[in-house]
Amino acid sequence: MRRAEAVLRMVLLVAGAVATTFPFLWMLGTSLKTLMEATTPSLRVFPETPQWHNYVDTLQAAPFGTYFFNTFLVAFIVTGSVTVTSLMAGYAFARLRFPGRTVLFSIILATMMIPFEVTLIPNFVLITRLGWTDTYAALIIPWCANAFSIFLMRQAFRGLPVDFYDAATIDGCGHLRFLAWIAGPLVKPMVVTVALFAFLGSYNSLVWPLVATSTPEMRVVQVGLTMFSGAEGVQFNLLMCAAAIVIAPTVALYFAAQRYFLESALGAGIKG
Amino acid sequence: MDSLLGWLDDRFDGLSRRSHRDTPIAVFLIAPAVTILGVFGVLPLILSVYLSLYAGRGINMHFIGLGNYTRALTSEAFWNSFAVTLYYVVGTVPVSLAISFVVAGGLYRVIRGRGLLRTVYFLPYVTSVVAAATVWRVLLDPRVGIANATLSALGWIGDAPPQWLLEPRGVLHLLSGGWIPSGVGPSLALVCVMVFDIWHTSGFMIVILLAGLSAIPRELEESALIDGAGWYKRNRHIVLPLLSPSLFFLLIVGVIRAFQAFNSFYALTGTGRGPLDTTQNMTVLIFTNLYQYQRVGFGAAVATLLALAIVTLTLVQWRFVGRRVHYE
Repeated sequence: MRRAEAVLRMVLLVAGAVATTFPFLWMLGTSLKTLMEATTPSLRVFPETPQWHNYVDTLQAAPFGTYFFNTFLVAFIVTGSVTVTSLMAGYAFARLRFPGRTVLFSIILATMMIPFEVTLIPNFVLITRLGWTDTYAALIIPWCANAFSIFLMRQAFRGLPVDFYDAATIDGCGHLRFLAWIAGPLVKPMVVTVALFAFLGSYNSLVWPLVATSTPEMRVVQVGLTMFSGAEGVQFNLLMCAAAIVIAPTVALYFAAQRYFLESALGAGIKG
Repeated sequence: MDSLLGWLDDRFDGLSRRSHRDTPIAVFLIAPAVTILGVFGVLPLILSVYLSLYAGRGINMHFIGLGNYTRALTSEAFWNSFAVTLYYVVGTVPVSLAISFVVAGGLYRVIRGRGLLRTVYFLPYVTSVVAAATVWRVLLDPRVGIANATLSALGWIGDAPPQWLLEPRGVLHLLSGGWIPSGVGPSLALVCVMVFDIWHTSGFMIVILLAGLSAIPRELEESALIDGAGWYKRNRHIVLPLLSPSLFFLLIVGVIRAFQAFNSFYALTGTGRGPLDTTQNMTVLIFTNLYQYQRVGFGAAVATLLALAIVTLTLVQWRFVGRRVHYE
């Protein structure tokens, strides 16, 4: 009886997993079809002869090189900045005493509840006045600090024993050196989590790049993909190549750093 | 690097002796984050309320008081977007929570292959919404998509194949064979967006719930099994109460997320508005007013109303659901 239950459970779970991955399999299959095959309704997922050159054609059909250059440039700077600003602020909110600490931290936490779309219009007006439209500054600077990352870093620093700091002060070590050489390395798992979050957030962002830039030279991949998919007479097999190309970097990162991805999700769970 | 930090430390040390203990170094450490969050996170909130009191475009803006609010609250577009948002929240959050609860419960009892299955279930969550939605858009294409190819292979399609994301008629209308009026309930297009969202976010919920389950002592469940408690009783009296903090967290985060959903709407329907505006939720309405019509003031008014709705709803959930959460 219990064995039958276990088998049934496994069958259902595997079926669910196959259903979950099916859209990706279908994407890969369609990306390798000829246009004829891709536009003929059929249950066949993978074509008989895969058209690998579809990927070359796709890369030539739209300036994906430019899109990726912009995306990675922005994502790398944002990731580095978010990591540094949240390490600094997280340490200050966890370890230092200063007037207004509680109030400031509460305001930072409250901003997490406000949806980004609420600040979209004023931020758009702001960068227009600053003359930042169609610049990397507009794509990068507003995202260089992040409330949730500060919260996560503060939690990590609070988890360290106070004795560490006391021992270091006795040896004549100031806060900055302590943060850089002792406390920072000790919270490395959280640093990786914060960096991963920042990278994914930046790589996957759509709305802000869409309104903050208008020239093709400044487009990031997500915007490029929506333009490609909205273009008149887009070929579905090439569109699936484009989707696969855009998905590839994050999936590769996921398989390379899976442990950290799952921990990031759990790090988010701490909030409860 | 080290000598620079040491030098800075000494300067801050000198300053500290004259003022409040840690204040100078604290200001130095929080300044970058607080400046950016202040300018691009808090200031826009105030600016949004300010802009919502003005009408016109660009430099020709003039003060009209609460005019944008009365216009929003009396316009069909606003209430339509409000209904779309509510349908979406109600149609996605409870469903993905329930699915994740069942899948996580199943995965928890699997010994071999659990890691691999978890990896697969989490996969959609790491892919960009835009790219995944692009795939779904083709998948659901009425002419070439595999959805209709499957239905027709099963012989379930008559003369009019389902139009999925292009169908403005209500899903209840279609299911009831026209008995329920088309305007009641979400359109089939909106339901497609919902299914996409459930597919894309459940992995995140499964991972959180699986971790919550792992914290429950196995003996508790085993003793319940020995006492002859069935699947329902075990879940209702042991798993559910012990998992309530995780479920509560996922509910709050899920509702906030569903309220601000935009990328999936935009990428699935091309403009976010969908057929006859039946997928135009509040965030899409804000975007449309800014991007398509350049009606900054009106959009800002809708944004302010959206922020109010989210804050109210979060507080209500905190008050009424939070009470029933079982903390150890």
